[in-house]
Amino acid sequence: ARRCASPAGDKMAGADGDDSLYPIAVLIDELRNEDVQLRLNSIKKLSTIALALGVERTRTELLPFLTDTIYDEDEVLLALAEQLGNFTMLVGGPEYVHCLLPPLESLATVEETVVRDKAVESLRKISHEHSPVDLEVHFEPLVKRLASGDWFTSRTSACGLFSVCYPRVSSTVKAEIRQHFRNLCSDDTPMVRRAAASKLGEFAKVLELEYVKSDIISLFTALASDEQDSVRLLAVEACVSIATLLPQEDLETLVMPTLRQAAEDKSWRVRYMVADKFSELQKAVGPEITKNDLVPAFQNLLKDCEAEVRAAAANKVKEFCENLPEDSRETIIMTHILPCVKCPEVRLNIISNLDCVNEVIGIRQLSQSLLPAIVELAEDAKWRVRLAIIEYMPLLAGQLGVEFFDEKLNSLCMAWLVDHVYAIREAATCNLTKLVEKFGAEWAQNTIVPKVLGMANDPNYLHRMTTLFCINALSEACGQEITTKHMLPVVLKMSNDQVANVRFNVAKSLQKIGPVLDSNCLQAEVKPVLEKLAADQDIDVKYFAQEAVSVLALA
Amino acid sequence: MADIISTVEFNYSGELLATGDKGGRVVIFQREQESKNRPLSRGEYNVYSTFQSHEPEFDYLKSLEIEEKINKIRWLPQQNAAHFLLSTNDKTIKLWKISERDKRAEGYNLKDEDGRLRDPFRISTLRVPVLMPMDLMVEASPRRIFANAHTYHINSISVNSDHETYLSADDLRINLWHLEITDRSFNIVDIKPANMEELTEVITAAECHPHQCNVFVYSSSKGTIRLCDMRAAALCDRHSKFFEEPEDPSSRSFFSEIISSISDVKFSHSGRYMMTRDYLSVKVWDLNMENRPVETYQVHEYLRSKLCSLYENDCIFDKFECCWNGSDSAIMTGSYNNFFRMFDRNTRRDITLEASRENSKPRATLKPRKVCTGGKRKKDEISVDSLDFNKKILHTAWHPKENVIAVAATNNLYIFQDKMN
Repeated sequence: ARRCASPAGDKMAGADGDDSLYPIAVLIDELRNEDVQLRLNSIKKLSTIALALGVERTRTELLPFLTDTIYDEDEVLLALAEQLGNFTMLVGGPEYVHCLLPPLESLATVEETVVRDKAVESLRKISHEHSPVDLEVHFEPLVKRLASGDWFTSRTSACGLFSVCYPRVSSTVKAEIRQHFRNLCSDDTPMVRRAAASKLGEFAKVLELEYVKSDIISLFTALASDEQDSVRLLAVEACVSIATLLPQEDLETLVMPTLRQAAEDKSWRVRYMVADKFSELQKAVGPEITKNDLVPAFQNLLKDCEAEVRAAAANKVKEFCENLPEDSRETIIMTHILPCVKCPEVRLNIISNLDCVNEVIGIRQLSQSLLPAIVELAEDAKWRVRLAIIEYMPLLAGQLGVEFFDEKLNSLCMAWLVDHVYAIREAATCNLTKLVEKFGAEWAQNTIVPKVLGMANDPNYLHRMTTLFCINALSEACGQEITTKHMLPVVLKMSNDQVANVRFNVAKSLQKIGPVLDSNCLQAEVKPVLEKLAADQDIDVKYFAQEAVSVLALA
Repeated sequence: MADIISTVEFNYSGELLATGDKGGRVVIFQREQESKNRPLSRGEYNVYSTFQSHEPEFDYLKSLEIEEKINKIRWLPQQNAAHFLLSTNDKTIKLWKISERDKRAEGYNLKDEDGRLRDPFRISTLRVPVLMPMDLMVEASPRRIFANAHTYHINSISVNSDHETYLSADDLRINLWHLEITDRSFNIVDIKPANMEELTEVITAAECHPHQCNVFVYSSSKGTIRLCDMRAAALCDRHSKFFEEPEDPSSRSFFSEIISSISDVKFSHSGRYMMTRDYLSVKVWDLNMENRPVETYQVHEYLRSKLCSLYENDCIFDKFECCWNGSDSAIMTGSYNNFFRMFDRNTRRDITLEASRENSKPRATLKPRKVCTGGKRKKDEISVDSLDFNKKILHTAWHPKENVIAVAATNNLYIFQDKMN
């Protein structure tokens, strides 16, 4: 049974406690509660506990306790690792910051990657608060201990700490650090070599250029030829960082051989990484090397035997083309890139960037290389692919010109109008509208309007309806004359259609094109038909006819 | 109450030995450190940890029970003070962490030493807990659960030499997992035919190469082994190498295909050879030669004339495992009547030993056994017809470095060591 607090009683007993320590006491005890949520809560309020304890007790009691209790759930350890990164003031400021190293060192050996990474992040943070002396006396020995530790996990964590302590230590210590890093790059365990490879770029950035050339390059080459695929593919990432650090003239001898090797690696995963990082590589090596080396490499990746690699390369086509030097861009795209691309989606990607190509390449050449691609896409079995090319059609039409369009693309646009997928028919209708806007009403009258109106006699009611939808879309762009002379008669005739859907869409069409017609026409021709439809047997036809009458104010 | 042992596996150092049983339990034994005080107990194995790995489950969709029996255990290479192993039943693979705790926190703020709650107003100072030593406690906790990736029964798991991936195989498919990712796996082999009526062959075992991270093999019920290269393509439906011994037409029988089914495949430690176990023999293959094995060892050839009755009592479908010793100079596999067989590859000598309590006393040397195949039975020999086919040794393991072996005889585990000089 819990004893109740009795203020009177306490005063009588002369108690000198007050309950302001109670909440902190609760927090401390809950560090060990069975409920993980309570433990997590306490850890998140660790700074409160530390403040209450004061800097000395935090250093001498709290931190040792935390160092040894790393039996816990990941979320708790993760929260702890994060808290400690902000604990400098709570242990008494920068001169005591090294007291935070033991618990973080413990956390850096945990097998959960996310906890280890957070511990390393916090160690990196507090390394900046260490004075150069403290770095050499406390921090660097920690890094050395981790780097030569028995456990793989300590050695992997060490990899993330070299770059933060290197800049501010003496040159003897620098040499030691470089040696440790070298050792980890050739560690027995793939896990450690992977960690070293992933930190290679970051470490290279803080090294003096002479050491980049002497040490880093040989480590990079070795990792790029590692027997484990998982190590080699990380070296590809390092390649980008290293290339940006070296002067242009050194790239060809120091980096390019390794990169070429990676692009032809036997493992598709390594080639995939090259493809995935291609844009970054392009920026790092510069335009000259891109032209001579990367373009052929990219061609090969686009034609790779493994589909995953081709897909990764295809994803980078747009960016790669955009970042090519202007003077050679079009030539490279047309002669090297486009022919390698078989997949419709990718070709589409390239075509969408055509506005830069138009001026330089002649229509003939364009049509030879692009038309097959466009036709293929237009007839692709997947409707979303067909949809995508329709959406490009107005842009293409504009770039290729009206003659080319009429000759080669017109029939495609008309075929889409009778596609079996509704979304395509709808997009095709919208496409026609844009084409009319581009090429003008006269062109429309001569080329597309006859074909659209011809569909009004199609045995399939869906196609007959498409005629109406087209008319809806085109009437404004085509203007009053064409609408009245050519389109209206067809609409009116369809009011006798057998299918109710067609008839009520006639009503809707009349409502839509009404504003384009003159009032005589409306009264003389439209109104009688709408009145007839308002008396139709079908209730939808009646409804839409009545609506059209009221909207057009024909009553 | 011991259950039937279904898998036995030493860890990389040989310090720990794990067994899984039909009841879904895992028992881990640890080798005692040698000490001067007890010279005769050179590294005995004592129970280190016991935990329930899998529970029986019910698949509501198919109205089937999923057994909790542990099919395979594989250890991960040690990465810190704790130990990790993968254990699997028919459908779900679990990653377990086994760690030691030898310290306990003491000192509460809100409670007295005897557990009575303190008055909040009486708390005048804060106490930070202090860690005091306690008796060693070994805890097992599940760290990852890899589920829902197998339609058929999982028969193998194998950790890749990259230490970040592993593969799992069922009758028709092989999946590749990343140890840190449980919601996704990649299917790398799929031999399911479009029409299930055309099914003639299933996957019986699979293993990753010990050093080459891109190579793995899988064996089939038709006695073939396929070696695949994960570098070549994302899907490994096409093999790089195909190992099959041409059939000897003179020994063809109704049972030929059944007894050719490979029950286990193991790479040698060197990575140059692999060993396969079929019903009557163990074969060693050189990875560079696909058309026949380089060595064949008869395990219990005397059973060839008994195949009919072995088919009737289903014993012909027993799946025996096999293992290499640390230096690849010897191989071991089990048989019936609690017999197990060891073959020395260099001397070509073989020996049959028995794992049973009646026939051996602790610390006594095992006596070699012999099966009499016909004619006059010598004393100490046992005749084929007296063999107890219920006493099967399906699971055996050899210490990675020393001559210590673990043999599972139904629900008993036997550990034998080399004679001391």
